[in-house]
Amino acid sequence: MQRYNLLSVICGGLTGQKHWQRVWGHPEPKPHYDVVIVGGGGHGLATAYYLAKEHKVRNVAVLEKGWLGGGNAGRNTTIVRSNYMIEGNTEFYEHSMKLWENLSHDLNYNVMFSQRAHVNLVFSPAQRDAMARRYNIMRLNGIDGEFWDRDTLRRRIPHLNHDHGRFPILGAYVQPRAGTARHDAVNWGYARAATALGVDIIQGCEVTGFIRKGGALTGVETSKGEILADRIGLAVAGSSSLMAHKAGLGKLPIESHVLQAYVSEPLKPVVDQVIVFGGVGHFYISQSDKGGLIFGGDLDHYNSYAQKGNLPVYEHVIAACMQVLPCLGRVRVLRQWAGLVDMSMDGSPFITKTEIPGLYLNAGWCYGGFKATPASGHTFAHTIARDAPHPANAGLTLSRYREGRQIDESGRGPVPKLH
Amino acid sequence: MLRIPCPFCGPRDETEFSYEGDASVTYPALDAPEEDWFEAVFLRDNPRGPHTELWHHANGCRAFLVVERDTLSHEIRSARLAHGPTREALE
Repeated sequence: MQRYNLLSVICGGLTGQKHWQRVWGHPEPKPHYDVVIVGGGGHGLATAYYLAKEHKVRNVAVLEKGWLGGGNAGRNTTIVRSNYMIEGNTEFYEHSMKLWENLSHDLNYNVMFSQRAHVNLVFSPAQRDAMARRYNIMRLNGIDGEFWDRDTLRRRIPHLNHDHGRFPILGAYVQPRAGTARHDAVNWGYARAATALGVDIIQGCEVTGFIRKGGALTGVETSKGEILADRIGLAVAGSSSLMAHKAGLGKLPIESHVLQAYVSEPLKPVVDQVIVFGGVGHFYISQSDKGGLIFGGDLDHYNSYAQKGNLPVYEHVIAACMQVLPCLGRVRVLRQWAGLVDMSMDGSPFITKTEIPGLYLNAGWCYGGFKATPASGHTFAHTIARDAPHPANAGLTLSRYREGRQIDESGRGPVPKLH
Repeated sequence: MLRIPCPFCGPRDETEFSYEGDASVTYPALDAPEEDWFEAVFLRDNPRGPHTELWHHANGCRAFLVVERDTLSHEIRSARLAHGPTREALE
């Protein structure tokens, strides 16, 4: 792999920028791999990378039906945080945060991870108390969190609607290490680093079925022919139920929903942090380095595989924006898109072996998939390579529902649309 | 915007309704084995295509409807009352 560094930039500048190479290949599938990962999203690519890097499993293929960056990696609001409270989630998302902090160096690819703080506004004493509990638990678990009182918040973000007539802002709970990353760069970085370690990334290759021998899975049938594999990992969030049915896993504790995101015209810097308005409404916003405001809100609230959102939620999100940041009222929205999310029955994911020998499952990401990308890949690779979970994903089992040990961060019960 | 044809109220915007999930789920008897309850509470078919689902006309006639909707195209094939006796009386 061609290393990116200051010297290569200077040399490239002096030689007409002719030194750039393709960062991942377009190989034809081999007849057999040690591990086949179905799904070339961030999680699948990260899994392949960590399999090759940490576990020396290099005969690996990532099969992607579409193209890299065409799924949820390119459809999210790029927020990275680890402000989780419940055991099972805390250790996992904090593990992810630590991987994020060194990711650009690790991959030799700038994922533009920016720890600009995640600011959760509070509007009522009850909400403040609930958040205080959450952030205190986080601190006890070694995750950073702090309270910004009204004066601090006014100083840091003067253009918020601090004195809203009905819901004045009482302060904010903040995770300073949280922030944003460049969504495409994460995929490209993992794809490039995995390719350098010998992983085959095969785009335009749809998995249509599975090859069985006895009770075990021994390969996949694809649009490019049969591919045998010792172990198969599914990382196809959004379509997990469809693939699980094909693999013989039966029903999953998942509903597929649509989550919308929006981006405005590019502006000069106006939103320095990730600002979240939760509770009365639901709205989160940050600003990309290009200047576009990226924001979103709730799900469309009904099962959908449409990959496009509907207008009522759009209206809700814009209305919420006008409540907290009315200064953005004249900004024009440039684009709107939607991604398919696996909404699980407790709002938390699963990274686990399955009851079928040779099959491993990574699914149920709800709103949380993007920030989880490094840890998801890291622990899924561990689970596949060692046939046993990493400590960070030990709680993220599929059996927890049967055992009554749901990881229900928001305490809303088995209603996917509410998580 | 989905337009759901409520048998009482006619075609109405989705914003009048609350989505209540998969209507094909039937809950077992209270003393049924745990496995049956596990399946009813947690597991879903989650199809891409035709889906039978419950919608509550919360900001309308308050009736629960069983709606057949395609989860890929959002096409609504039918909407009937969920409550059997009322449905039979109406139909």
